[in-house]
Amino acid sequence: MRRLRLLLLVPMVALLSACNLVVLKPAGDVAQQQGDLLMISTLLMLIIIVPVMALTVFFAWKYRASNKDAEYQPDWDHSTHLEVVIWAAPLLIIICLGALTWAGTHLLDPYRPIDRIKPGQAVDESVEPLQVNVVALDWKWLFIYPQYGVATVNELAAPVDRPIRFHITSSSVMNSFYIPALAGQIYAMPGMETKLHAVINRPGEYEGFSANYSGDGFSHMRFAFHGMDQAGFDGWIAGVRQGGQALDRDRYLELEKPSEKVPAMRFSTVDGGLWDAILNMCVEPGKMCMGEMMEIDRKGGLTMASVRNTMPLVYDKYAGRGKNAAIFGSDDSYVMTICTPLQAEAAAADRIRRAELEATSAPVSLAPLSGLGLAQGVPMASLSINKQSTGPVSTDVRSAPNA
Amino acid sequence: MNADTLIPLIFGRLTLEALPLHEPILVVTMIVVLLGGVALLGALTYFKLWGYLWKEWFTTVDHKKIGIMYMILGLIMFVRGFADAIMMRLQQAMAFGGSEGYLNAHHYDQVFTAHGVIMIFFVAMPMVTGIMNYVVPLQIGARDVSFPFLNNFSFWMTTAGAIIVMASLFVGEFARTGWLAYPPLSGIGYSPGVGVDYYIWALQIAGVGTTLSGINLIATIVKMRAPGMGMMKMPIFTWTSLCTNVLIVASFPVLTAVLALLTLDRYVGTNFFTNDFGGNPMMYVNLIWIWGHPEVYILILPLFGVFSEVASTFSGKKLFGYTSMVYATVVITILSYLVWLHHFFTMGSGASVNSFFGITTMIISIPTGAKIFNWLFTMYRGRIRFELPMMWLVAFMLTFVIGGLTGVLLAVPPADFVLHNSLFLVAHFHNVIIGGVLFGLFAAINFWWPKAFGFRLNKFWGLVSFWCWVPGFWLAFAPLYVLGLMGVTRRMRVFDDPSLQIWFVIAAIGAGVIALGIAAMFIQFAVSIINRDKLRDITGDPWGGRTLEWATSSPPPAYNFASTPVIHDSDAWWDMKKKGYQRPLSGYRAIHMPSNTGTGVIISGLCLVMGLALIWYIWWLAALTFVGVLAVSIVHTFNYKRDYYIPEDEVRETEEARTRALAGTEA
Repeated sequence: MRRLRLLLLVPMVALLSACNLVVLKPAGDVAQQQGDLLMISTLLMLIIIVPVMALTVFFAWKYRASNKDAEYQPDWDHSTHLEVVIWAAPLLIIICLGALTWAGTHLLDPYRPIDRIKPGQAVDESVEPLQVNVVALDWKWLFIYPQYGVATVNELAAPVDRPIRFHITSSSVMNSFYIPALAGQIYAMPGMETKLHAVINRPGEYEGFSANYSGDGFSHMRFAFHGMDQAGFDGWIAGVRQGGQALDRDRYLELEKPSEKVPAMRFSTVDGGLWDAILNMCVEPGKMCMGEMMEIDRKGGLTMASVRNTMPLVYDKYAGRGKNAAIFGSDDSYVMTICTPLQAEAAAADRIRRAELEATSAPVSLAPLSGLGLAQGVPMASLSINKQSTGPVSTDVRSAPNA
Repeated sequence: MNADTLIPLIFGRLTLEALPLHEPILVVTMIVVLLGGVALLGALTYFKLWGYLWKEWFTTVDHKKIGIMYMILGLIMFVRGFADAIMMRLQQAMAFGGSEGYLNAHHYDQVFTAHGVIMIFFVAMPMVTGIMNYVVPLQIGARDVSFPFLNNFSFWMTTAGAIIVMASLFVGEFARTGWLAYPPLSGIGYSPGVGVDYYIWALQIAGVGTTLSGINLIATIVKMRAPGMGMMKMPIFTWTSLCTNVLIVASFPVLTAVLALLTLDRYVGTNFFTNDFGGNPMMYVNLIWIWGHPEVYILILPLFGVFSEVASTFSGKKLFGYTSMVYATVVITILSYLVWLHHFFTMGSGASVNSFFGITTMIISIPTGAKIFNWLFTMYRGRIRFELPMMWLVAFMLTFVIGGLTGVLLAVPPADFVLHNSLFLVAHFHNVIIGGVLFGLFAAINFWWPKAFGFRLNKFWGLVSFWCWVPGFWLAFAPLYVLGLMGVTRRMRVFDDPSLQIWFVIAAIGAGVIALGIAAMFIQFAVSIINRDKLRDITGDPWGGRTLEWATSSPPPAYNFASTPVIHDSDAWWDMKKKGYQRPLSGYRAIHMPSNTGTGVIISGLCLVMGLALIWYIWWLAALTFVGVLAVSIVHTFNYKRDYYIPEDEVRETEEARTRALAGTEA
């Protein structure tokens, strides 16, 4: 039987060499470092695993009952020396692995801007990272390129060797944004923002998808990610611009409704406030933005007045999934905005400005690998400026919108 | 009041459309189950077994019979859970190159949710509880558990939960959310059907049983040990059971609370975990894993205990490093509460938070590693008899270390970013749950079966099962490791890339080999029962056992021990044998025992109906059964006929019969 298992291994090895282990051999530097860490950790653990497996087989064979030559000590049950080894050996491995984990986790924190393009090539600080705002919709992906004023659905492109900064959210339920060739995944969550920094090093077409189950159309929630040279990328952007469709709020509300197997779409213009509105869950006209609500709450809230400040929800994201109200709850409703449209616009602009400041004012630095959080009572406006000096813990509460 | 308002009032949202008559697979399953059920009920009636079952089994408060019923429940549910697994493997092996496979999203998503829920809550949990129930009181020399009625009630609550899950197969649907039902997907907005409600009420009702059984076993272990058995003289399986039950009692209330909050969200429109109105789904994810991670150790710790007993028994040696084994268990128990966040590093916590939870997770591998070494050095200089439990131990050691390795890998946050939710992760947890929990259960079944029934299990079919399971496991899950490294994630129903298909086909073949292993196990049971006279063990100690359960007869009498043993060593029975222990042949006394009661069955039955009523919004029935539960509970407190004495003569007869049987084997 054992020999049979060995025989089975031969075609396995052949198969393995033929397949594309993208996690270990990706095309982006971040994923490459993550893959390397995986390999190093494995080797480190094999130092202890291999002897244990070998000893298991050896002892099982040597001390079999039929082998009367083997020593038999039925009352031998303790050895201080052995006990020390037993506890110390795994401990030593874990100390090494723990150090590696601490450093690796901080260096490869998806929120931390990358500091190198590839081994031996630091980031050129004059190059502005490409920003992509990612929205997981039911069941497709929306990519907004704020620097270019365009957007695409189920199609993503980036120039090689230029840092990419993803801001990620979702419109309805949790998803996970994952391009194995580029970098590790991060959850996309409604009303919250997550971030990912990465770079693609080799041109090519790669696969991206949702790695967190999100309902019926989940399996088809895939998109193509194109790594292109600069000229190719410029051409691609120009092509998107020629598409002609505009992505405004109405079009977004249409797009947001559940649909499956959506082909790639291109939008030549995007409403400037759309991303902020999606993140703050106030794309629908008249709905109060989460940011506004949090600001009001921070100032003490509206007490009882807020109870009446709701309206029944006409369109909602649940539409594609059936009836929605809890049996004993009130009908679904939303909080009305209390600003005038002009005020809301100004507030949104302010949020966007702060978000941009935060995103752009963080220079690349290897220095502060400290794990300290922010000091208490820091005023809101100063948070973004403090960011780089306080390390990776940031004000976006790592998820809540409108930091 | 006309029919349009009356019918919803009576039936809630239950309509004829809830029967899945348009799904051919389900219709066939339903017909088979119905025919089988009718045949079973008919047979029970024909052979007039109802009275026997009710008096001897359903209402029993004997921990041994309850333990056996837990095992039967676990095995039945195992078949269901495995059927789900086969369906998934087939779907994923087929759905390539534009093919949709044979399951639509609605069906497939229920299948993988049900598979996870059933395997954890209604297979692993009942079987682990069953083994603990059967063995712990015997190992500590007790007559029964501390609260025998509660034990019966716990079992029936678990069963009620299992029945609710099974009902969802034929009436309505099960959750389509994954086994932990993360909101907002599991909220009323995105899952408006009955699926998530089935999930909630099945777990809540079964959870009552689990929590109570945890309390019961803690009390039993703390208060009911035989004289002389200090904490550090407890058999190692009892130690691991104690730690597991501490974990149960400390973590299941968290599950109950988080599901209660989700229930409020779904039923009364609160906003704990919604997107809007201040709700925060991340809270749910944190809470459910604060239960979920200890749960993993709830499952594995008792099996570590089983393996320790098996290692020392079949090596004919004292367990190496008893003290360090105990400390390792306790350390794992404590640390298991400090690692929950490693299930969602990708949620975007800070690097410091992620590192903290990553490193605490790795630290758990130190005591676990120490345990592996202890088993290893228990084998060292032993006389190893390769009976089936010992074979499962060796298979476990070789399999589990790989699962441990991949587990520690997943605890490195940057590595987790590329492996989270991937098939690598799926392969990892099957590696530890099958390689650890399931192999451990097989070892336990083969080890204690002779104790429970008085005859050994057939070795040939046991070997067939073993040699199907172990290679079958690797055939089924090694491809998933590879696929994970190819960037393939879980819960996918269809695939584009045709180069992946070969791996899914191999995995499906592996699942087929495992199916043979399961079939061989059932054949093993059948063959052994048929040939029970040949496999009979009169001594009560077929393996050269070391702990107290082997001191009494197989199967043990209702009262377990005619006279209370006195303990001088952690391997009590081994110590007694060494010192030339003689069974006392006189001086029997009447033995005080708890009486059977049907209250557990009745309350659980009412809870079952209440659960179904709540799922289908049949409010009058829910209210009625709730009042019923209260009423029956109150009435039960006035039941003063709770105990009886086994008369001295009966004890003497039982013991003298054993004396004669033992003399027969010696002659």
